[in-house]
Amino acid sequence: MSARKYELVYIMKPEATEAEVAELQAQVEAIIGRVGGTLEKTDAWGRRKLAYDIGNHKEGFYVLHVIAGSGELMKEIDRRLRVTEGLLRHLIVRVDEHERKADRAKTIRVEGSRRRRVARGLPPDRQPGEGPQSSDNEDDDRDGYEPAEA
Amino acid sequence: MAFGKKASGPGKGRGRGKAAGDKKDGQRRGMFRRRKVCKFCAERIDDINYKDMRMLSGFVPERGKVLPRRISGTCALHQRKLRTAIMRARQIALLPYVTE
Repeated sequence: MSARKYELVYIMKPEATEAEVAELQAQVEAIIGRVGGTLEKTDAWGRRKLAYDIGNHKEGFYVLHVIAGSGELMKEIDRRLRVTEGLLRHLIVRVDEHERKADRAKTIRVEGSRRRRVARGLPPDRQPGEGPQSSDNEDDDRDGYEPAEA
Repeated sequence: MAFGKKASGPGKGRGRGKAAGDKKDGQRRGMFRRRKVCKFCAERIDDINYKDMRMLSGFVPERGKVLPRRISGTCALHQRKLRTAIMRARQIALLPYVTE
């Protein structure tokens, strides 16, 4: 079974020092090392205003981790974060399936567009300066749509 | 507008030939309303992410509720994904549950 991919976001109290942030990160990494898994990305968003108060706090220090590992690993991390002091919230989301679906949708769309273009006798990819302005290199999804100069 | 028609909907697109009193109120003859399209289909956004505040905030009106489909024109599939994303963003206090 291939490893699953999870995103972990947690919010520390705004008065947390650099050392405390680093310590919690080290704890998370230690669990990952112990149970087995890889830390793919760490992204500290820093202090942000909370949309609502969480126990007298109006701000929080946000940290995002992207972790590849098993469900047991995330369960363990969740358990540990629940009992950690100085933490306002945490959220674990599984993202690998979602990303795969998004990729597949994109592939299907691009291929469909290329197939229709070839069927119309056009080169598979949009030529520069052709059709309506678009930032990406895709054709319109509607069948039977003809660019003005075709 | 001046004809006492329904207050909802965009004010523009006042139909032509709508002389006062020629049709009953509530009938939308000659009133043009732009057809709504799903923003995510039109812009081909596959991934509705709970971290993307700029995108989500456009679907959360002042009160903090999820903007209904009948207003935004979002398709069912994307509205469902949008809702999940908003609920996640609420959990980590990126979006409010309620605003008074």
